[in-house]
Amino acid sequence: MIGFLKRLWWIIRRPSAYFSLGFLTMGGFVMGIIFWGGFNTALEVTNTEAFCTSCHEMRDNVFEELKPTIHYSNRSGVRASCPDCHVPHQWSNKIARKMQASKEVWGKIFGTINTREKFLEHRLELAQHEWARLEANDSLECRNCHSDESMDITRQSKRAADAHERFLFTGEKTCINCHKGIAHQLPDMAAAEGEDHAGLLAPAHGAGLLESTRSYLGLSSD
Amino acid sequence: MKLLRLAVLAVPVFMATAAVAQNQVATLRNTAPLDQEGEATQIPGIVNTDIRQVRNYPDQPPLIPHKTDNYQVDLNSNKCLTCHSRTAVEVSQAPMISVTHFMNREGQTLGAISPRRYFCTQCHVVQTNARPLVENEFVDIDRVIDYVNTQQSGAD
Repeated sequence: MIGFLKRLWWIIRRPSAYFSLGFLTMGGFVMGIIFWGGFNTALEVTNTEAFCTSCHEMRDNVFEELKPTIHYSNRSGVRASCPDCHVPHQWSNKIARKMQASKEVWGKIFGTINTREKFLEHRLELAQHEWARLEANDSLECRNCHSDESMDITRQSKRAADAHERFLFTGEKTCINCHKGIAHQLPDMAAAEGEDHAGLLAPAHGAGLLESTRSYLGLSSD
Repeated sequence: MKLLRLAVLAVPVFMATAAVAQNQVATLRNTAPLDQEGEATQIPGIVNTDIRQVRNYPDQPPLIPHKTDNYQVDLNSNKCLTCHSRTAVEVSQAPMISVTHFMNREGQTLGAISPRRYFCTQCHVVQTNARPLVENEFVDIDRVIDYVNTQQSGAD
């Protein structure tokens, strides 16, 4: 074995005796394009709705739930499919997420959620992973489309405009704090103890009004 | 006599044809013939003004002045309560659910919302901007009282 490695190392180190420098550089260049292009194409294939829903775990559970929501069917005909929300768009982050997804391959092979019952059992945990991810990256995948800069709150309902003005523009909350369960069904929220799922619970007893409520009501914050 | 009987039998037939001719019967099918499919009416839009409306009669469940599309209300979660629950109203500034919703059918007040009141849209509904099929001639109780008072003062 050691002998084989030594021989391999010798071949690599040895200057090329038969192939021209031009052939080697051009060959390297062309093969680089083919390999890198192939890699990226394969990566993009795994980033499609068709790929995600090729497994029944996704197709029969979360994809079915997505269908009646506004992200799948709406008046303007723009559709957000699985990777738009679940895979970062930036390359390095995307690769990091893809490496994490090897856990999902494990889950597929060993049938972690291969029945409806198993899926429902795991729904809370799976949802919490996504909520934590989106909270950590300030709802990056939401903001890829919904930027608060281009959000014209005069065209929103009064209720939505108020909420965005109080919580989004002040940076107090991020999208996922209030908009959980917009694309999939929510898990048992009572079980998500301590998980203030809408970010709406009042502070502990005696703490009085929230800071944001005080400023909204024009009260001094002392 | 036979002629009279025929005439009596013919009367309902005449009445029916007259009704069809004048199309006075309110129907969801409108004027589409029975053997043809009528044109579907446009789905009315939901009033999303967030402006609360008066109750039309005592004990009417207040109307929902906003869209509730895809609101999840089931064993796992109640979307309405994320804003309208007792603890959430400070942040959401939404009207709190009535204290009656904490009572069970024996009138005992529970610590949490009573299960029989959990499914909000069983009673509370959104309003659409659809044109009413028939005119509403409902008179509010306040106007009835006003009317009675004016009648009495006129009598005095």
